Parts: sequence; C-alpha cells; structure tokens
Amino acid sequence: MSVANIQVSETPQVLYALRRADDALILGHRLSEWCGHAPMLEEDMALSNIALDLIGQARELYTYAAKIEGKDNDEDKLAYLRDVRQYRNLLLVEQPNGDCAQTLVRQFFYSAFADLYWRAMMNSRDATLAAIAAKSEKESAYHLRHASEWIIRLGDGTEESHARAQAAIDYLWAFSGEMFAVDAGERSLIHAGIAIDPEGLRDRWLNTVTGVIGEATLTLPQNDWMQQGGRVGRHSEHLGHLLSELQSMQRTFPGLTW
Amino acid sequence: MYTQALNMAEADDRHIEDVARAAQFQARIDAEERIEPNDWMPAAYRKTLTRQISQHAHSEIVGMLPEGNWITRAPSLRRKAALLAKVQDECGHGLYLYAAAETLGTSREELVDAMLAGKAKYSSIFNYPTLTWADIGTIGWLVDGAAIMNQIPLCRCSYGPYARAMIRVCKEESFHQRQGYEIMLTLCRGSAEQKAMAQDALNRWWWPVLMMFGPPDATSQHSDTSTKWKIKRFSNDELRQKFVDATVPQAQYLGLAIPDPDMTQDADGHWRYSEIDWTEFKQVLAGNGPCNRDRMAARRKAHEDGAWVREAAAAYAAKRAHRQTAQAAE
Repeated sequence: MSVANIQVSETPQVLYALRRADDALILGHRLSEWCGHAPMLEEDMALSNIALDLIGQARELYTYAAKIEGKDNDEDKLAYLRDVRQYRNLLLVEQPNGDCAQTLVRQFFYSAFADLYWRAMMNSRDATLAAIAAKSEKESAYHLRHASEWIIRLGDGTEESHARAQAAIDYLWAFSGEMFAVDAGERSLIHAGIAIDPEGLRDRWLNTVTGVIGEATLTLPQNDWMQQGGRVGRHSEHLGHLLSELQSMQRTFPGLTW
Repeated sequence: MYTQALNMAEADDRHIEDVARAAQFQARIDAEERIEPNDWMPAAYRKTLTRQISQHAHSEIVGMLPEGNWITRAPSLRRKAALLAKVQDECGHGLYLYAAAETLGTSREELVDAMLAGKAKYSSIFNYPTLTWADIGTIGWLVDGAAIMNQIPLCRCSYGPYARAMIRVCKEESFHQRQGYEIMLTLCRGSAEQKAMAQDALNRWWWPVLMMFGPPDATSQHSDTSTKWKIKRFSNDELRQKFVDATVPQAQYLGLAIPDPDMTQDADGHWRYSEIDWTEFKQVLAGNGPCNRDRMAARRKAHEDGAWVREAAAAYAAKRAHRQTAQAAE
C-alpha cells in the first residue's frame, strides 16, 4: 500500500473551501497542543474549547470541499494525505504557540477577522457555506471576546506580561495582511456571490484590533510589510513539523480504519 | 496552677461536647443523611475527605497527560475531536473536584502546591506511558472502567459536595468508557497489525489497572474508618473482583486474551485472577514508575510557565477594581 499524497482538483470553489478548512484545522491543532499544559485549568478548558470549535469547522469544510470536488476524497484524506506544499492555510495560523501571549495574539488577529468574515458569509449564495458560516459566526464571536479580554489583561497587567504581549504583536503583525488577499479564482467567486470580498472587512478589523490594543496599552508596529504564500502552499518551516505529527498515523499505517 | 486547672476543666468540657457531637454525626451518617460544608464534622473526617477528594482531583489533572500525548497524533479528525473533548472533560472533573475539596476549608492553590511539591498523591496508573494509539482505547475501556467501579459507590458518599460531583463525573466517565471500548472494537475488527496493537496495549495495562483498586484488604490502611463514615462502601478487593468479572467477557467479545493464563472461573461465576505484583505497585507509589518524573516535570513546567499569566490576570483585576473605586468616588 502506498502513502502517496492524494491529488486534489483545485477548482476555485474546492480551493476556497479547502483554504478555510486548512485555517481551521491548523489553528485548532495548534491550540490542542496546549491541552494539559495551560497556565490555569480554566484556560486549559477554554483553549480546548476553541480548538474543538475550529476542528469542527474544519471537518465541515473538508467534507464540503470533498463533495464539490466529487472524487473519492473525504475529510481525513484531505487532512492527512496532503503534504506541506498542498496545504492552503494562512501563515498566521501555523505559527508556533510560543508563550501564552503569542498564542492569544495569534488567536486575536485571526478571530477579529473570522468573526466579521463568517458573519458576512452568512449571506453567501452557496447554501452550505452560508450554513457553516451561521454556526461558525457564533463560535468566532466567543473566540474574539475571549482573546480580546486576554490581550487587555496581558497588555495592562504586569511589566512582564506587557512586554511579552508587545513582542507577540511585533512578531505576528506581518502575518495579518494575508487574511485580506484575494486571487483571481476567489475574485470570480466574489462576483458570483459565493464568497465575500475580505477587503470590505479590513477597516472594521483594524478598528477592532486598534481598539483592543489601545485599551491594552500596547501598540501596532509601523512596519506594514506583509508576508504571504500560505494560500498557494509556500509556508513557513513550522508547518512541516506540525504535519509530520498530525499525519504520523495515517502515513505509518496507510489505508486503515481507526 | 489555678489557671491550669481552669484550662483543664475547659478542655474536658470541649472533649465531652465533641464526644456528643461525634455521636450525633455518626447517627446522621448511619441514617444516610448527607453531611454539608457548614455542618459540624470530626477533624479526621475533614482530613480524610480533603485528602481523598484532592487526590482524585490531582489524578484527573495528571491523567490529562498520558492521553493528551495522543491528541496531536490521533488517526482521524473524528478521533482527534473526541479525544480532545475527553481530555477537556477530565480537566473539568479536576476543576469541580478541587471546588468540592475547597468546601472543606483548603484552597485549590494549597492543594495544587502540595501535589507539585510531591506531598500529595495521584492515581498510580498515570505513571505508565501511552506508546500506541491502542493505549488510548485501552485507557478508555479499562482505566475509565475501573474508575467507574470505584466512583459509582462514591455517588452515595456521606459528604454531599463530593457525592454530587461524582454523579456528574460518573456520567461522563461512562461515556468515555464506551468510547474507549469502541476504539478497541475498531482495532480488533481491523488489520492483523491493529489487532496486535490492541493485544499489546491490553498486555501492558491489565496489571496496572488491577492495582488501581489499591492494596489488598488485608493491608489497606484507611478502609475501616472510611467505611464507618460511609465514604467507602466496598472494599478494594470487592471492587477489583467486580471489575474483573465485568471485563473478562468484554475482552472475550473483542477476541483479546487477558494476560493471565492461570485465570479461572469459579463455580459462582467469578473470574479468579493470579497474584498481583505488589512490589511494582509500591515502586510506582514511591516515585519509581516509568513516568513519575515526567508527569511531575510536565505539571511543574505548566505551573511555572504560567505564573506570569496568572500574575498578569491578578494585576489587571486589581488595577480595574482600583479604577472603579476611583471612578465611584468622583
């Protein structure tokens, strides 16, 4: 039996679902790494909760991507049998957990976007995406509230927590721009009313981020150079290690049911 | 001398009063009444329960580590979500068991500090490693199965907060146990490699699981008073036998062999197991199990690495309270 990667026919619609599924899975996986190791029991449960929401979103999106692709792929093949160059997630979500500040700033940047994104996607002409959006929007609203409260606590907490939160912002800021990028394929879906234009969310996202960061007595970096590449499979070095762990069972024992 | 005499008289009164209260207390226990946090209770009852509930809480928290070891490697998305949810449940159990222990007058921080200092115990079973995916199935099936055997009688424990916490814990544990058994069933119906993985896990976990019920009745230290106070309703050996009798048919259904070739069924239908190696149990309790050091190191690291986060939360809460007071004064 072979452990070869699957091939995916990345039509604009398949790719669109796959990219969002990969975002949710990779971020959910990262958060699940905290399980049993968080700074307090309440936070251990909260991070696991968010991870579970995201893994749930990923499963729905993968299942939908497999369905519109119409071959014999399924959620597990899409998650476990594509390599680093076939993954389509944002660079932001694959960044390591680092300390708690880095995890929460990463979550904050993402959730501040996801909250707006899923709410807008509830009006998608694609009924499945609209349904996934309706469920994800409720979850994202809670994720954003949770992360925002922590950014404020850390920023306006102690000298050490302030410095750590600021360092996390400085490190992760360059990965925030990719959330607003659109390629030609996605542009066609936007015209068809299936996808929404993320550019339209940028001001509100920045408004939320600036508000929370200001209340936290933190600042956004001046550097506006943004890293990109995740959407076309040009990742950071971190993703390969994550995937080798995530996929180890399916790669070692190919083709079995678990 | 005068003063001393007075003191002695006072002490005598207190002693007589305590004897009367203790008799009333025991009468309530005998009448199956629940003891609640504000009720009078003998100091030894408080101490025994604080020890037992906090050990139980520590076990839930340390127990997250062996299973957490497989969250990032679960073989399918469904299994990943189920395992993460399960380990999260254990964290929740730890949290409300600490809350139940706190009703007896010791704070969560003190209880956790005692555990991190190595002064409080947790279940010896979590000092064994999870080496393959089948260990996750086996832990659900056997470790949670054994925990349920121990915990169902605790739902009728004389101390109200503990009994109520156990009702909720048992419901979730029985779900985990079915989930674990279902993992085993899938493995046993899978490839030869998967079935061998399941058998190997059973071989490694069987004896440590039997040790979970504690030392044999003849040598158990706490049983007598715990039984009188209706904290404990069945002896270690009774519960162990009950567990073995329930588990053997489950193993047979899976087509797995219990690693005890001399096990026989007696005329009453009980499965009689071989002598347990109590030397191993004592070594694990003494800190020499395969993972004792790793488990403690992981818990200490999480605690130490999280210190600045807890400090930040406390500092922010204090600042906020201060600002609100200042605002109210304006």
